[in-house]
Amino acid sequence: MMRIECPCCGLRSEDEFRCGGESHVARPAEPAAVDDETWSAYLYLRENPKGVHYERWHHRYGCGQWFNVARDLVSHEIVAVYPMGAGKPQLDRGGRA
Amino acid sequence: MRYSALSLLRGALNGHRDWPQAWRNPSLKGSYDAVIVGGGGHGLATAYYLAKQHGMRNIAVLEKGWLGGGNTGRNTAVSRSNYFYPESTRFFDHSLRLYEGLGRELNFNIMLSQQGIIGLAASRHELETYRRWVTAMQLQPVDAELLTRDQVAARVPLLNMSRRARYPVYGAFMQKRGAISRHDAVAWGYARAADALGVDIIQHCEVTGIDVAGGAVCGLRTTQGTVRSDKVALAVAGHSSELAAMAGLRLPIESQALQAMVTEPVKPCFDHIVISPAVHCYLSQSDRGEFVIGGGTDLYPSYGQRGSLRGTEAVLGAVVELYPALSRMRLMRQWAGIVDISPDTSPIIGKTPVTGLYLSTGWGTGGYKAIPAGGETLAWTMAEDRPHELIEPFGLDRFVSGRLIDEGAASGVAH
Repeated sequence: MMRIECPCCGLRSEDEFRCGGESHVARPAEPAAVDDETWSAYLYLRENPKGVHYERWHHRYGCGQWFNVARDLVSHEIVAVYPMGAGKPQLDRGGRA
Repeated sequence: MRYSALSLLRGALNGHRDWPQAWRNPSLKGSYDAVIVGGGGHGLATAYYLAKQHGMRNIAVLEKGWLGGGNTGRNTAVSRSNYFYPESTRFFDHSLRLYEGLGRELNFNIMLSQQGIIGLAASRHELETYRRWVTAMQLQPVDAELLTRDQVAARVPLLNMSRRARYPVYGAFMQKRGAISRHDAVAWGYARAADALGVDIIQHCEVTGIDVAGGAVCGLRTTQGTVRSDKVALAVAGHSSELAAMAGLRLPIESQALQAMVTEPVKPCFDHIVISPAVHCYLSQSDRGEFVIGGGTDLYPSYGQRGSLRGTEAVLGAVVELYPALSRMRLMRQWAGIVDISPDTSPIIGKTPVTGLYLSTGWGTGGYKAIPAGGETLAWTMAEDRPHELIEPFGLDRFVSGRLIDEGAASGVAH
C-alpha cells in the first residue's frame, strides 16, 4: 500500500488517487505539421523504466488536483512530489531528490 | 524418451528411480542462428516451432531466472477465445485449437480441462452487450452461447443468486471450450520438446545489452558472455520496454502488476471458470482443490511483483459477495506478475524497425492463452522474415497507421 503526499491535502492512502501515466510528454506544437511517426510517438511511446518514473497523479477522491510524482517502479518509493508544469527534479545517484 | 502408459508402468515397477532428465543444461555457445530472450511459455514455444516447423536447430533460449518462473508460472492458466474483433478471434481461437492438441503434440500432459468459461451479466445492459458479443462470435464461427439466470444457477450452485445480492445475476455468456490447464506443464512440455530438437535452453542468463550495427541486430551481451546472432526475438512480457531500449527502441507499453491468489484446497465443488466482468473477479478450482482467484491490474506502472493491497481487497470483496460460502476459507498465497499493457490491449507481435529483431509483447493480462499460437506465428515470422497472416494486424506499425484493435471493452473485462 502506497501513501502519497498530496501537495494540498498531505499524506493520503493510494486509494484516493488515480495515476495519469507518464509526465513530461510534450504535445507537438503544430499537430497538423508533424508526420504520423511523430504523432504516434507522442500518443503511444512511453519510457516505462525499471527505475524512477516521472508520472502524473490525480487526487480524485480528495481535492481534485493534478500533480507530478517521481516514483521508483520496483520499490514504489516516492522520491519527489512536484507541481504540474515544473521540470523533472534533479535526483542524485541513489535516486533521491 | 517418450512418455507413455507403458513407460509410467515401468517407472512404477522400479520405484521411479530411472527417469532421465527432461532437458539438458547446456552452456552458452558463441553464436546461434536464432536467439530467443525469455524462457517463458512464449519464448519456449517460439523455439519449439522454429525447430519443429522450420528445421532450424541452432537456437538458444535465454532466461534470466528459471524456466517458466515469470508470468507463465504466475497466471491463472485460463485459455479461451471469446474475443470480439475477427482479427482477435481468429488468432485466439487458433491458439485454443492448438491447446486442444498440445498434450499429444508435446508428449506431455498439460492437464487441459475444458470445463467452460462463464461470464456473469450483472445488469440487463451487460446481458444485451453479451448478446451482441455472442452473435459476433457465432458468425466467425466460434462457439459461444447465452445462459439464462436459471441455467447459471444450475451450473454454479455456489453463486449468490439472491434477488437482493449486491451483484445480481441476469444471465451469462458461456464458451464451453474455455479451459484451464497446468501452466508449469506447458512451459516444461515446450522446453522438453524443444530440447529434444536440439534447442539450447540457458537458464540464469540475463541479457545486459543488444548489439545493433547498421540498423540490424548482430548479437547479445549476457551475464554468461556474448553471443552472435542475426535473429533475436524478445518474449519478456513486462520487461519488454527495458530490453527494447537496449536496441534503441521505445515501445507503446506500460508495465503493471496483475495479481492472483489461491485458497486452501477443498473437495471439488466448482465446475467452471466463472468471471464477473462488472467487478473484475474470476474464479476456478484447480485439480488440487484450491480456488484460483484473479482480478484486475493495479492501475499504475509497476515492476514490483507483489500487487497492491487495494487490488487484493477489491477482488476478495467481490469473491465473498458472489460466493458467500467461500468467506471463511483461508488464503494460502498471493502474488503478482508484471504484465505488458499496450494502448489498445491487443498484443504487439512481429517485426520491429531493427532488422532481425522480433517482438512478442503487449499480451497484457491474457498471454497464457496465446502461448501456442504466439509461438507458432512468431517462429514463422522469424523464419520467413515477414509477418504470419494471423499476426499481421498485430504489428508495431499499427500505432503509426492508426489501425488499432481496441479489445479493451470486448476482451471480457473492464480495463
